[in-house]
Amino acid sequence: MKAKNIIEPGRESQTVVSASRIILTLAIAGLISGVAIVGIYEATFDTIAENRARELRDAVFTVLPGIDSMREMVYREGQLVEGKAAIEEPSVYAGYDSSGEFKGYAIPARGPGFQDTIVLLYGYRMDTGRIVGMQVLESRETPGLGDKIFKDPEFVAEFNSLEVQPGIVLVKGGSRAGNEVDAITGATISSRAVVRIINQANEKWLSKLTLQHPIRSNGKGEK
Amino acid sequence: MQKHDPQLLLQHSPILRHDKTTPGVMLDVLLALSPVTIASIWLFGLSAIVVLAACISGAALTEYFFTPTSKRRRILLDGSGLTTGLLLGLTLPPALPAWMAFLGGVVAIGLGKIIWGGLGSNLFNPALVGRAFLLATFPNAMTTWVEPAGSFWNLPSSTLSLPFTLDELDAVSGATPLGLMKFEQQGTPFLELFLGNTAGSLGETSGLLLILGAAYLLLRGDMDWRIPVGILLTAMLFSGALSLVDPTVYPTPLFSVFSGGLLLGALFMATDPVTSPSTPTGAWLFAIGIGVLVILIRVFGGLPEGVMYAILLMNAASPLIERFTQPRVFGYDREDSS
Amino acid sequence: MVKASQQEYEELIKGIWRDNPVFAQVLGMCPMLAVTNSAINAIAMGGATFFVLVGSSFLVAAFKSWIPKQVRISCFIIIIATFVTVADYTLLALIPGVHKELGAFIPLIVANCLILGRQEAFASKSTIRLALLDAIGMAAGFMLALLMLGAVREILGDGALFGIKLFGTQFEPWVIMILPPGGFLTLGLLLLLFNWLAVKRRKFLDEVIKAERGQS
Repeated sequence: MKAKNIIEPGRESQTVVSASRIILTLAIAGLISGVAIVGIYEATFDTIAENRARELRDAVFTVLPGIDSMREMVYREGQLVEGKAAIEEPSVYAGYDSSGEFKGYAIPARGPGFQDTIVLLYGYRMDTGRIVGMQVLESRETPGLGDKIFKDPEFVAEFNSLEVQPGIVLVKGGSRAGNEVDAITGATISSRAVVRIINQANEKWLSKLTLQHPIRSNGKGEK
Repeated sequence: MQKHDPQLLLQHSPILRHDKTTPGVMLDVLLALSPVTIASIWLFGLSAIVVLAACISGAALTEYFFTPTSKRRRILLDGSGLTTGLLLGLTLPPALPAWMAFLGGVVAIGLGKIIWGGLGSNLFNPALVGRAFLLATFPNAMTTWVEPAGSFWNLPSSTLSLPFTLDELDAVSGATPLGLMKFEQQGTPFLELFLGNTAGSLGETSGLLLILGAAYLLLRGDMDWRIPVGILLTAMLFSGALSLVDPTVYPTPLFSVFSGGLLLGALFMATDPVTSPSTPTGAWLFAIGIGVLVILIRVFGGLPEGVMYAILLMNAASPLIERFTQPRVFGYDREDSS
Repeated sequence: MVKASQQEYEELIKGIWRDNPVFAQVLGMCPMLAVTNSAINAIAMGGATFFVLVGSSFLVAAFKSWIPKQVRISCFIIIIATFVTVADYTLLALIPGVHKELGAFIPLIVANCLILGRQEAFASKSTIRLALLDAIGMAAGFMLALLMLGAVREILGDGALFGIKLFGTQFEPWVIMILPPGGFLTLGLLLLLFNWLAVKRRKFLDEVIKAERGQS
């Protein structure tokens, strides 16, 4: 045993293996693998769905301060209705405070940044016509420069009360007017991308948004 | 007839003996750079001295430690490390922390030269390797420019930041002419660019002194005139064509040539004999490539300045250019019909 | 419990130093360069690879005599891919944040030549016990290398280790280190270091042999 611990499996000898044996082996291997994959998918499905929902909820609650519950709204046949969006179907989230009063919409938007697509979510209040919060969900902007669009608290705070009419404008050296955002030094392109993405989303959405009726706390919203 | 080996890239004879030595050429380059160096100290004060000294000492120390003891004397005395350090220093912003400049010198010699096998074997211009590393590593500090201070005792606190830290960058930061052009469509008067009283890296501000230095090198025969002439002509023609299309968006040819690091790069870096093609046709191709790339990056790219990347990219292409532009060997047919 | 023989010990330990998959064999470079921008990512990637390598080595060694040689590679890949999918979903459920950063590189463990290489070169020719020891050693060596790279890059690139800030707020991060070029740079410098150590060691051993000869 000590001389040769490595076992030679019959493969070096010239044994002929029948085709059915090969097919059977692969079929059994595939079958077992399939069962294992379905098993792990089922076992983790709930947790994964829960994680995704919580992530989205956290983001919506951040960009719409003061809300307590939310509902997904889809734009279908010319109007905004409550419902789950199908893939590629445009949707926004309506937020309500603890007494069920409608507060505003959280609008997802995406567009090209300096490196890759930037995906963000921003909150919009219809009563004041202002953006009340912005959060970048996905981006691959340059660390140290472009990533300031979500790491620089001053830049993020520019979106806490921002007029959307007549369009958001990027400026340098301090924002003054209600619709101005101060660009990040050294990350002009990324800042400009964020403003452009929001302006484009506004163009697409603002005319379609309608005031929502308040909901009474009957647990209708996703809590 | 014996087939000549296409793998072996050798310059054909006649090869002449020449009195020129590496230390001699390097001394010429240092002399040619001295007006710009003095001007940078004049404009930016003590901080220029600190940054340049840090670069040079980083380069020299790396050269010393990674050279076999037996060759140390010869290699250190040939002055190529000193030249690399000085050239790197001249491309850096004046308020850069000294430790970053030192690190740049270490990288320039370590990754730009030693690792390839020393002087003559490197593919890329060492000073630009150092600068590319610094720009990718410290994008903030490397893109913060200050206006010339006008006082010799000027020493921004960021220059003396402790290693691994960065003091608050100087509040009176100025935008470079190229930055103004790119992001605010705002030009800078030509005379200012020519004399050098603008924000920018240490050695790139004064066009006049750079041209003076280069003229000295040309007179001494240390420089292939085709490369700077080719780069500057291409850049002028290309940006001239663009500004004819829309003069409000695209800069004028004179602005293109005298702003940013184009003169410094074209006159002193692209002409590095190690990293540029040695054949005349090759030199033209190399120069045209740089000129086009510079304007492409400046006008259509995300960055305001593209001289460094343009030269590094063409450095990478120069062995290929050299291969395609080998002169016909005397006595052989045009077609390789052996 | 059988006492570990010299050979078994050797199989376990070789992957960590002498035949280290990264520093000696230069295998598995894709995850090595792509996901080592922080120590946490490196540990997660190392853990997933560990799980896949040990699991598939065990199965391959156990079923080696049943698998016809004509389809052995396909069978190895099926086994590896199953383990990778399990690891993928488990990470997604347990640590979604890290999973998001690792992205496509978890499914790409399938294509890590280290894993298929160990099946073909070792597990399919040895006993279960030895295959397991080999897999554990190799995976640990791989994880160690990932962690070294991840730690260096996170400390320099972010001034932190495992997300804990090590320096004051004045620290200026080396941005390049968390970008892809930093991976190449760090890996190159570490390979340089390891080769230098190997050369030193060989020189030292040569001198010892010489000295011994001189004495006798």
